[in-house]
Amino acid sequence: MKNIYAFLEGALLPLALLLLWELCARMGWMSAVVLPAPSAVAAKWLESVMPMASFSSQNAPFFPWMLSGELVQDSISSMHRVVVGFAVGASLALPLGLLMGASAKIYRLCNPLVQILRPIPPIAYIPMAILWFGLGNPPSIFLIAIGAFFPVIMNTIAGVRHVDGIYLRAARNLGASQFTIFRRVILPAATPYIAAGMRIGMGTAFIVVIVSELIAVNNGLGFRILEARDFLWSDKIIAGMITIGLLGLGIDVAMNAVNNHLLRWHRGLEQ
Amino acid sequence: MTTTTTNRVSIRGVCKTFASASGEVIALKDINLGIEPGEFVCLLGPSGCGKSTLLNAIAGFSSPTSGMITVGDKPFKGPGPDRGMVFQEYALFPWMTVAQNIAFGLEIKGDSKTAIRERVDVLLETLHLKDFRDRFPKDLSGGMRQRVAIARVIALDSPILLMDEPFGALDALTRRTLQDELLRIWTELKKTIVFVTHSIEESIYLADRIVVMTYRPGTVKCDKRVTLPRPRDPSSADFNALKRELGQLVMEEQQRHVTDEMKLATAD
Repeated sequence: MKNIYAFLEGALLPLALLLLWELCARMGWMSAVVLPAPSAVAAKWLESVMPMASFSSQNAPFFPWMLSGELVQDSISSMHRVVVGFAVGASLALPLGLLMGASAKIYRLCNPLVQILRPIPPIAYIPMAILWFGLGNPPSIFLIAIGAFFPVIMNTIAGVRHVDGIYLRAARNLGASQFTIFRRVILPAATPYIAAGMRIGMGTAFIVVIVSELIAVNNGLGFRILEARDFLWSDKIIAGMITIGLLGLGIDVAMNAVNNHLLRWHRGLEQ
Repeated sequence: MTTTTTNRVSIRGVCKTFASASGEVIALKDINLGIEPGEFVCLLGPSGCGKSTLLNAIAGFSSPTSGMITVGDKPFKGPGPDRGMVFQEYALFPWMTVAQNIAFGLEIKGDSKTAIRERVDVLLETLHLKDFRDRFPKDLSGGMRQRVAIARVIALDSPILLMDEPFGALDALTRRTLQDELLRIWTELKKTIVFVTHSIEESIYLADRIVVMTYRPGTVKCDKRVTLPRPRDPSSADFNALKRELGQLVMEEQQRHVTDEMKLATAD
């Protein structure tokens, strides 16, 4: 009962806004190009998610047919870039971050370079990325990898450097070698930081994928939004935006669930 | 492992100085102590008397500026499982369950899985932790955490236990329970225990021998053998006579500590 009440309370403002928005559109106070009605957006969204042709034995099997909707296909393309780009960026950042956190020497060697490259937004790489990697997926994945790389490496370094000295003393007292300490004490102790870095990195990857699709590819949610712009299909633009929001939310919920499991020992756990 | 002649702790002429902002601090000055196997020794004194510094030196976390500490006539390098340490802050690994924490040292030693499991079961039993086996430290009370920390070091069967104000953060009742448990374990396993505390009553309740230390530089002010029969009754006349006597010694040093702090405060 209390939950229902809290839900209604949270839904109140969005619903009121939607109503006002619908009203503005229906009364013709604003043109459908500037602000299409939410009902029109919803209809467009549903239409784009649904398969284009009706099911028959020609376009069987069922599962690929079900995913043949335009928005679904675009989401898959975008997600594919996000996942690959993030995997590349994070899998380079994690080991380097661990090394830089654990060794003062490697830190001194690498930190100036990292600090110079870090403030350059991935978007600034776009022209060079096209020159280096051509068109299609590779430049896009490169940009996403850059976007994911820095949050992960910064947090990993911080995590390793902030391990409470008392755990190291306890481990040494129990006879642990340097390697064991790294693997069984420093690594798990740094996990909360690393997990936070991954989450931020995933957020950046999501921003960058949309931007990167505005330039060099011909599918994906970013591309679809730009395409719709050329035809002034505002309802389609907003439908694409909402899809991005939903996917982002989905990823964050999934990452949070993984984090909560990995960090179930942690005191300040988000419930 | 716990043969009587091999594990004597011998501290000879140990000095320790630290560099600090206001110049060099002499934490320990010419400490000479021999601790016999199976002896329960308390290091007693106010904050800043160097008792924890001395314990850390025995543990091997820091080496003396001069002088020598040997265990069984052998010098050691760095910390090791032959001198198990129990910290006031418990220092349990929060990402490991109770059982995993206790098993950690055994895994490093390279014991077989079944041997570790058996040993952990026995220790969980001994320290009344059976129902907490798969809990994480964050879900345990302070007293329970310290039980796990004790189990973790006695798992390795180290002949010497070093305890740095282990019960300092516990409430009075939990503290007494754990003191009794510790005495039971000590009697059973015949370990040498070096126990740092600033509680006079705690030291009399536990120790065979109380070493009172002076405030800066840390030296041995008094080395007192406690002969009261066990279990000791903190309300008995003998207990309280000893408490008064040691109290005077400790308070002299506490006074010097306070004066020193005042001086530092006015100097700022």
